[in-house]
Amino acid sequence: MTVDATSAAADDDGMDLRLTAREQAFAAEARAWLHDHVPRGLPPSGSADGFAAHVAWERQLFDAGWAVVSWPRAFGGRDASWVEWLLFEDAYYRAGGPPRVTQNGIFLLAPALFEHGTDEQRQRLLRPMAAAETLWAQGWSEPGAGSDLAAVRSTAVRVDGGWRLSGQKTWSTRASFCHAMHGLFRTDPDAPRHRGLTYFLVPLDAPGVRVSGFRRLDGDLDFADVFLDDVFVADHDVVGAPGQGWKVAMSTTGSERGLILRSPGRFVAAARRLVALYRRERAVASPLDRDQVVRAWMAAQAYQLYTLQDVTRVAGGAAMGASSSINKLAWSELDVQLHDAALALLGPRAELVEGAPDAVDGGAWIKGWQFALAGPIYAGTNEIQRNVIAERLLGLPKE
Amino acid sequence: MRFAFSLEQQALRDAVRDLLGRACPPAVVRAAWGADDDAAPALWPQLARMGVVGMTAPERWGGLGLGELELVGVLEEAGHAALPAPLLETTAVAIPLLAALPDGPVVDGVRDRWLGAAAAGRAVIAVGLAGAPFVADAARAALLLLERDGELHAVPRDAARLTAEASVDGARRLAWVDWTPSAATRVATGDVARDAAARALDRGAVAAAAELCGLGRRMIELTVDHVQVRHQFGRAIGSFQAVKHHLADAHAALELARPCVARAAYALAHDEPGTAVHASLAKAHAGDAARRAGRAALQCHGAIGYSFEHDLHLFMKRAWALAAAWGDAAWHRARIATAVLDHDAAPGAFHA
Ligand SMILES: Cc1cc2nc3c(=O)[nH]c(=O)nc-3n(C[C@H](O)[C@H](O)[C@H](O)COP(=O)(O)OP(=O)(O)OC[C@H]3O[C@@H](n4cnc5c(N)ncnc54)[C@H](O)[C@@H]3O)c2cc1C
Repeated sequence: MTVDATSAAADDDGMDLRLTAREQAFAAEARAWLHDHVPRGLPPSGSADGFAAHVAWERQLFDAGWAVVSWPRAFGGRDASWVEWLLFEDAYYRAGGPPRVTQNGIFLLAPALFEHGTDEQRQRLLRPMAAAETLWAQGWSEPGAGSDLAAVRSTAVRVDGGWRLSGQKTWSTRASFCHAMHGLFRTDPDAPRHRGLTYFLVPLDAPGVRVSGFRRLDGDLDFADVFLDDVFVADHDVVGAPGQGWKVAMSTTGSERGLILRSPGRFVAAARRLVALYRRERAVASPLDRDQVVRAWMAAQAYQLYTLQDVTRVAGGAAMGASSSINKLAWSELDVQLHDAALALLGPRAELVEGAPDAVDGGAWIKGWQFALAGPIYAGTNEIQRNVIAERLLGLPKE
Repeated sequence: MRFAFSLEQQALRDAVRDLLGRACPPAVVRAAWGADDDAAPALWPQLARMGVVGMTAPERWGGLGLGELELVGVLEEAGHAALPAPLLETTAVAIPLLAALPDGPVVDGVRDRWLGAAAAGRAVIAVGLAGAPFVADAARAALLLLERDGELHAVPRDAARLTAEASVDGARRLAWVDWTPSAATRVATGDVARDAAARALDRGAVAAAAELCGLGRRMIELTVDHVQVRHQFGRAIGSFQAVKHHLADAHAALELARPCVARAAYALAHDEPGTAVHASLAKAHAGDAARRAGRAALQCHGAIGYSFEHDLHLFMKRAWALAAAWGDAAWHRARIATAVLDHDAAPGAFHA
């Protein structure tokens, strides 16, 4: 998201929930294009064929200028404001667009490059990232470093013209299908934990890299271990200064927890599908099912309104700050709630997966439920978010 | 698109916060517990002088002609202070209701007699809609606006028989009202009455939601202070995660309810078609969030918060009462369900 991407009305004093003519035109254009182009029935992205189909869709999106609407035009974006970005997201998921397989690049790495990268890096990396030519994986977690990210033990040792990386990253989403990975490595074992880290960009086809996929809860091959054995990474693939890796990573967590990774559009669309499901199933819905559906719909509305308030704040120049932890709690719990309500409606059909003759909506709800259960774990567990809310927003003492 | 209050709205709210911070400490709330049913409400003259009591009245009646976007900030502060005064009933509901009724001999007479007096803080007006069995502040009201059988009536308090109903919140003044409708009290019938009552209900729900947000915020503030001072096991209890997580969840729920209240206020101010759903969203979320804040606050205070001498219950009991008044969360969810699930009439986040 570019810093000067302000809403046209952002500086006016007073609440105004109408869209400007520009915002309306933008939304209409996005809706029309997506309506005509969003692919139906893409296979899951957790197989080589499935992934290729998703990449083809992302390329189409980029060619039409919709891949990264909030980025500057020079990098393939549309200089869209925050509000326009929200409108795009809303239109994307309303049209049934699939989750973005480019997300760990465009939503997580790109904000760090805009903030901490060099011009050379932005020129070289951003367009291919948005065009789905270079697919990025996130390499933060290690077997011994999950919530305690600063405990990473993978190392990078200085050599002529670059660094040599060794260690293991794990739970890296879609790394089996990606070309490169961004992540934290320890460059100074003697410095205090958070200081001795550096942020690296690692080509996954470099000698010494071995990527080994494994299945997630839903059976898809979406997780991977990345083993690194003396892998050379050139100096121009360090983001920020050596030793500043923690700071670079923290600029990403804001996007990960906040509204960039999980905009309300995705959940508002799911709430709309839930309402449609209820209307189809109402004959068998109990009053309690009905209440669960309406509660989930209400939670989606609240999250959307919360983000509109955030967007107004940020467009006015404020930092997203620790309030992104409220965001993360909200969207992750909301996603679970939406799927819970759907499964309750489906009763004995809830367990039917894709391919079962009587599966409702192609088994999408049980599939989505399994992914929703990951929300409270990834992007900083919800327990960690509660700690952040208590300590940074409410001012309670550290443990 | 800009979803934030204006600087003037924020300034008004800050001014009310300052006044209540000074003039409405918990001791004032406590004093209201022991006051007579017909005692004048606390701080009414000060609030009237500031223009707050009459803020929603049109200027010709001495008011400021302000709308819901100004009002909800003020009411959140009233909730934060647990102000024992009928801002919700008189300022948020009764005055706008009376002001908006179509002209007619009875209405004109009622307005001439009561609207200016109410705006100036000389007369409290209480409201009893059909769904609510009891009328808050009836005993200290000069006028009662009552709904029955699809009609609205303006009944001088002297013409009604009141039976006091004691509330768990001792600062609240509820009464069962027995009265006889007549042509002289009838101010609206038919569609006009129905629409006015529906709008009054939405106003009351949103106003209560705003107060609930303030009450919740206050309970969290009290608790954040307490858990930093109270030590067990050699450290501040606020450093324990179990305590932090109670408060973090309560805070997050409130922060998610507040934009719903702002959205509902905007819908009321612009008379949007989806106003009832927005109002219900605000009331249900704010009521649940304030109740949750109360539970978290009490749990994190421990027994000291369970004692009558402690201030916490002044806020908690108001939250219980307001969460149930003007439609409780289940009632509002059911109303949303009818609109969204049965009539496919979900309003959008933006103003069409
Ligand atoms: C679907 C999915 C996709 C993922 N994709 C990626 C990826 O692409 N790249 C990547 O690097 N990682 C990825 N991860 C890993 C993710 O970042 C970690 O799961 C996360 O950081 C939590 O670490 P952990 O799993 O080791 O859990 P742990 O840290 O072991 O936590 C286990 C439990 O203990 C609790 N806990 C731990 N510490 C504390 C504390 N201080 N206070 C209170 N409670 C605590 C946690 O909240 C949790 O409930 C992914 C995970 C999932 C589920």
